[in-house]
Amino acid sequence: MLGEGILKGLAETAKNFAGSFVSEDRLTTVEYPEQRLLPIENTRDFPFLVYDGEDPEAGLRCVSCQICEKECPPKCIYIVKSTDKKPDYVGKPQFYPARFDIDISVCMSCQICVEVCPFEAIKMDTEFELSTDDRFGGLILDKHKLAKSNEHFQRIHPTEAAEVDARLAEEKEKVEAKAKAAAEAAAAKSAAEAAARKADAGSAGSNAEGVKP
Amino acid sequence: MSDLAIRSYLPPVIEVESQDELLEVAMGPHHPSTHGVFRMDVALDGERVVRLKPVFGYLHRNHEKIAEKTTYLASMPYTDRLDYFCSMTNNWAYALAVEKLAGIEVPERAEYLRVITAELTRIQNHASAIGFLLQEMGASGTPLMYAFREREKILDLFESLSGSRMMCNYMRFGGCRVDLPADWLDAAKLVVAGLPRFIDEIEALLTSNEILMARSQGVGILKPDLAVNAGVTGVMLRATGVNYDLRKVDHYGIYDRFSFRVPLGEHGDIYDRYMLRVLEMRESVKILEQAIPQLPDGPILDPKSKPRGFRPKPGEAYGRIEAPKGELGFYLISDGTGNPYRYRVRPPSLINLTILEDMCLGQNVADVVLIFGSVDIVLGEVDR
Ligand code: SF4
Ligand code: SF4
Repeated sequence: MLGEGILKGLAETAKNFAGSFVSEDRLTTVEYPEQRLLPIENTRDFPFLVYDGEDPEAGLRCVSCQICEKECPPKCIYIVKSTDKKPDYVGKPQFYPARFDIDISVCMSCQICVEVCPFEAIKMDTEFELSTDDRFGGLILDKHKLAKSNEHFQRIHPTEAAEVDARLAEEKEKVEAKAKAAAEAAAAKSAAEAAARKADAGSAGSNAEGVKP
Repeated sequence: MSDLAIRSYLPPVIEVESQDELLEVAMGPHHPSTHGVFRMDVALDGERVVRLKPVFGYLHRNHEKIAEKTTYLASMPYTDRLDYFCSMTNNWAYALAVEKLAGIEVPERAEYLRVITAELTRIQNHASAIGFLLQEMGASGTPLMYAFREREKILDLFESLSGSRMMCNYMRFGGCRVDLPADWLDAAKLVVAGLPRFIDEIEALLTSNEILMARSQGVGILKPDLAVNAGVTGVMLRATGVNYDLRKVDHYGIYDRFSFRVPLGEHGDIYDRYMLRVLEMRESVKILEQAIPQLPDGPILDPKSKPRGFRPKPGEAYGRIEAPKGELGFYLISDGTGNPYRYRVRPPSLINLTILEDMCLGQNVADVVLIFGSVDIVLGEVDR
């Protein structure tokens, strides 16, 4: 019968329309911004710089190695390296970025900076309500706007942050263990040297022509 | 080529009484049906199309030259922006070309992940293509919204896997970037289990719809020999009855392990293309149903591949896959440095669009919109 297909289609739409009153999963939209969907954990949009501790300036993990600047596909990172050094999370003196800008009107949220950074210093944020009426300055994020705490990172990407924290803790442990071992070795060496000197002095006392160390 | 073959792919001759009577219309670049910026200069004799000249290039972004000036890895996120409906398959084609160039092996688990993401991509692409086609037919909204409802579920899966809905940037040379999040596979199973119902729904809505049949059957016919000569691939080619699917022809990835069929058309008209997309979605669901339970454990990235300082040996390679729109290929020449010496994309959208005039000649001007929609293009890929 002519029109049968159309009727069949209409029945389908009617089913969907009526179904939306009874079944939750037929209602597929939410009324943003009053309603919001749950965030998806791996979501990324723009990068931010991670800092440890309280002070965003002192705790910045970035050592200004400029790898991300070089690898960023659209070249939207701009870094000026510091001339002096400050201690990093394991206490080793490192350079820090005197200036670190990301132009998020150019950034394509590709996450390559995160992948290439050897210091876990740059991660992806989930903040998306960034529109501004400032055409030029408003979309260039500087070091202060980019710096966000590790707690923020743990909150937005819990799984990834846990992995990163574990890796960093392990590294720190290794460094500390090495430092401790070095310190112990140094102490043992100096103790041994002192003992040797004492022994030397003792022998020197009995034998004034003793071999000089 | 024989004289016969040449004549068969020349456009049919339309007798026009007088050239002065023709009306020249520029459809586009901002025509609602063009899905972007694309112009068709159409010459009309009354309602009939006498001449049609496609004008490309409004969205040209210099993709190939940029890729030659940057590292191999840095081109990966740019490939997302070619056909922005199908970033997973774009990634795969590029990764395949680089893997061929540098001789990198892909671990088992990564191969499965690639198949799973690529087939999900195919489903959402075909669903939206059907939606857009119906939109152009005047069914304003309903089929498209149904398609987008389903696409949204797949995009959510992509987001929780790769971090982004459309610009996934997921594949790497020698595998994939990240492993599946904890409950991803269960969510994927749920989505895949819901897909047959969705495809049934689309079919109930459209397949036997008299308006769709009247508007699409026998319209925009493409002949198999012209399709082959013009290099048309994908659904467009298979709708003419030519059995050519790279998943079966090239045996790339691990497609040999799955049983699926390649649906073929008969008439090469718009209706066949619609029907083929529906059937291909069903086959993709079949592949997914086989691949998801088989997913093995193991690494997802070749341990030898590294993100920085990638320098393949001098040489050249062409990697191609069956993308949802047709044969997507990347041709790379390496001169041993960190940048490709030559980087070339074989875009299925552009090549499928080159025969637009041949399909439109003699048709009504209202059908041009439909024929154009049935090719299923994305202008990011046409213009690159
Ligand atoms: S963010 Fe990482 S890669 Fe970039 S300069 Fe800082 S330490 Fe280096
Ligand atoms: S996300 Fe990509 S584009 Fe944005 S700053 Fe990082 S590397 Fe550059």
